[in-house]
Parts: sequence; structure tokens; C-alpha cells
Amino acid sequence: MAVSKWIPRWFYQLASPRWCYDITGKLLPVFLVAAALLLLVGLVWALAFAPPDYQQGNSFRIMYIHVPSAILAQSCYMLMAVAGAVGLIWKIKVADMVAFACAPIGASIAVMALATGAIWGKPTWGSWWVWDARLTSMLILLFLYLGVMALYAAMDNETMAAKAASVLSLVGLVNIPIIKYSVEWWNTLHQPATFSLTEKPSMPIEMWLPLLVMVLGFYCFFAVSLMLRLRNEIIRRERRSGWVRELITSR
Amino acid sequence: MAELCTNPSEISLGKLFSAVLKRDLLLSFRRKSDLVNPLIFFLMVATLFPLGVSPEPDFLADVAPGVVWVAALLATLLSLDGIFRSDYDDGTLEQVILSPQPLMVVCLAKVIAHWMTTGLPLALMSPLLGVMLFLPASAMFGLVTSLLIGTLVLSLVGAIGAGLTVGLKRGGVLISLLVLPLYIPVLIFGSGAVQAAVAGLPLTGYLALLGAMLALGMVLAPLAISAAVRISVSG
Repeated sequence: MAVSKWIPRWFYQLASPRWCYDITGKLLPVFLVAAALLLLVGLVWALAFAPPDYQQGNSFRIMYIHVPSAILAQSCYMLMAVAGAVGLIWKIKVADMVAFACAPIGASIAVMALATGAIWGKPTWGSWWVWDARLTSMLILLFLYLGVMALYAAMDNETMAAKAASVLSLVGLVNIPIIKYSVEWWNTLHQPATFSLTEKPSMPIEMWLPLLVMVLGFYCFFAVSLMLRLRNEIIRRERRSGWVRELITSR
Repeated sequence: MAELCTNPSEISLGKLFSAVLKRDLLLSFRRKSDLVNPLIFFLMVATLFPLGVSPEPDFLADVAPGVVWVAALLATLLSLDGIFRSDYDDGTLEQVILSPQPLMVVCLAKVIAHWMTTGLPLALMSPLLGVMLFLPASAMFGLVTSLLIGTLVLSLVGAIGAGLTVGLKRGGVLISLLVLPLYIPVLIFGSGAVQAAVAGLPLTGYLALLGAMLALGMVLAPLAISAAVRISVSG
């Protein structure tokens, strides 16, 4: 294998189920500790120390769950589509497994984003749900996750299911820019984007920093649950190979 | 279909397209019930609303754009499975994949044939439903145009789902799960166009958005459809 100077060796090794299992096994504790620390610090900071909003009082604090989960639900979909594309193009088994592991996690995070949004919407907008562009496109994201999961469940042949689900998730990718820009293209109750790389945050820094910590914590938590699912899936699909047998008999 | 098996240098893409189109149209005209069933379904769904919700003309005129659009969407959805089903069952699809012709063009022709036998008649029949639901006459143009553009998008997107599920024994419910989320934007702008027409507002914005979706679908959907068909047939 021609190893390029710029890409480290472990990156290539990720493509092999066995190495991927080992590498994620080493990364897992790191991310577990990071997720626990970040979420704990972020939650305490957000719920106890961040200043209350001058209009919404304390009800705005659900934002610290809502915004990270909404961001993560979209990132997870993109990861699923990219992993699916990698699996389709280079026929890498691990990429298929990543895409497979992403779907249920993403669906549950999308449910969390919608649910916390509804709980937040009741005191601030006066209704659980409004049919505006951001909420509808987020609901479509959830439906797309459910469609991908249904496709996985319907096909017995794993390679075929992976290919089919990848095509579907790539097609569904058109929804991501719609979610992102829905608050700019249409008049909506939902406020514009919270995070931006180019502009100053629209909220005071002492409210914004705990949010940043929460977002990072959510990403670490996602990494942990993805790796757990991925490792399970590797073991399940590679159950006939020698190294898995050794692993299991050695326990 | 004999055109498909010849050397690629002997047949142009246009000829290939028209040959597949002609064959699919001929096949559906031979089975007239498949042609008429979606239309009857369309009519029946629209009948359910006055009976199930309220027969008040004012109320019906309000909901008519949405009802006609949802009925057209469901009628298209139910007919999707037929795009590839019979060709898959008798092995034609496998031969098409083996042939030297680009699968994308064949898929596009099949989708256009599907639209001409479902979407086009649905759009032409929609004024009848409009009258049944007391839609003002000024909105008929918007209704027919939005359905003409919109149902083609529905056929294009739906064919992706049909391609993905053609290898499965029972693809019926699954295909709606896969396709309906992608149908929602078309429904929003399609019924939005009709509502704008009812209110006497300009239609061009909605029609332009539908047209943009159609352009995107025409270019990208055949890629996804052919990939889906290939996956389903070759496993």
C-alpha cells in the first residue's frame, strides 16, 4: 500500500474492521471522559451560572439542550451521507457500518431537537408547534432518518442494504441546506442561526460560552455512542472471522 | 426494445430515449386498467373530503388547493411501484443493464412515460376536482400548471424509491416511507401556487421554484435512479 506522507498510517487502518475495532477501543475512553466532563461542566454552567434572559427569564435555558441537539442531528446526517458515499465509491465495509450506526443515533437526536423545541416553543411562542420552514424541514430530516432505517430493516442482504441506504441518504442531502437557510429564506418565528464562523455571536459571551461547551460535549457524546454502535456492528458482521473468535474466546 | 441490444455506435441517445418511451407507453396502453386506476383513485380521494369533513362551499374552497394536491400526490405514489416492477419480474431490466446503452437515459425515458400515463392525465383532470371542491375559476390555470410541473418532479423523485425497492417482495409501504419526505417540498410549493392563484397573487415565484426543482430533478434524479436500479438488480 502506498502510504502518503501527509496522511497518517492509522487513517488507512481505519478502513479495516479489525484495526478500526482496536483504534476505536483506544479512543473510546478518551471521548467518554471528555463527553462526561464537558456535559457536566456545560450543564452546571448553563443551568446555574449563565445569566437569565431579559425577556424569557429562565425558560431560555432549554436552549443549551435544544441548539446542540439540532446542530448534531444535521451533522450526523451529513456524516451518514458521506460515509455512505465513501462506502459506495471505495467499497469500504467500515464506512457502510458507520452509516448504519449513524441512522438510529441521528433519528433519536432529531427527536430530541424537535421535542425540546416544542417545550421551548410553548412558553415563548405560545404553541407547541408551528408549521414554519425550520420546524418542517427538521421534521423532514427525522422522516429521512426513519426512511433510511426502514430500508436497512427491509433488506436482508447487508451489502445491498448499505448501497441502497447510501443512495437514499445522498438524495436526502438536499434537505440539509434547506434546514440551514430556512430561517433566512422565509419569514419565520424561529430565530436565526446561533453559531457563525464569520460573525460575532448575537448573545452575550457569558451565555454563549456554556453553549459552546455543551455543543462540544454533545459531539463527544455522539462520538462515544457512534463508536459503541460501530464496535458492536463490527463484531456482529465479522463474527465469522478468526480475530473475532479469538477476541471472544479470550474473554 | 430490440434497439437496446444493438451496438452503441448504431443508435443515438435520442433514438434510444424515444424507443424506450414508445415501448413503455405502448405497454401501458395495452393495460388500460393501470392507466385508469390512479385517476379513479384521485377522484375518490377528493370525494372523501366533502363527505368526511364538511360540505360547506366556503370551507371546501379554502382547502381545495391542498386536497387536490395531496390526492394527486397519493395517486402518483400508488402508481410508482409499476415503473420498474414488470420489467424486473420478466428480466427486461437485467438485459437493459447488460446492454451497452446508458442506463440513465433508459431510466429517464421510463420516468417520462410514467408521468405521461399518470401525472399528465391527473393534471388535465384536476379542473374537474376543482369544480367539485368549489375552487374559483380564476385558480384553475394555477392548479393545472403547478400540477403539470409538480407531478413530473414527483415521478422523478418517486422513481428513485421505486428503483430502490423493486428487488423486494413487498415494497408497498416502504416506498412511501422513502419517498414521502422528499415529496413534502413539492407539495408545499405546489399547493402554495394554487393558494396564491385563489388569492389573486402572482404565481410566477411559486412556478419558478417548482421549475427549479424540476431542473434539479431532471439532471440529478436519473443518476440516482440508475444507481438504485443497478443495486436492486445486481444485489
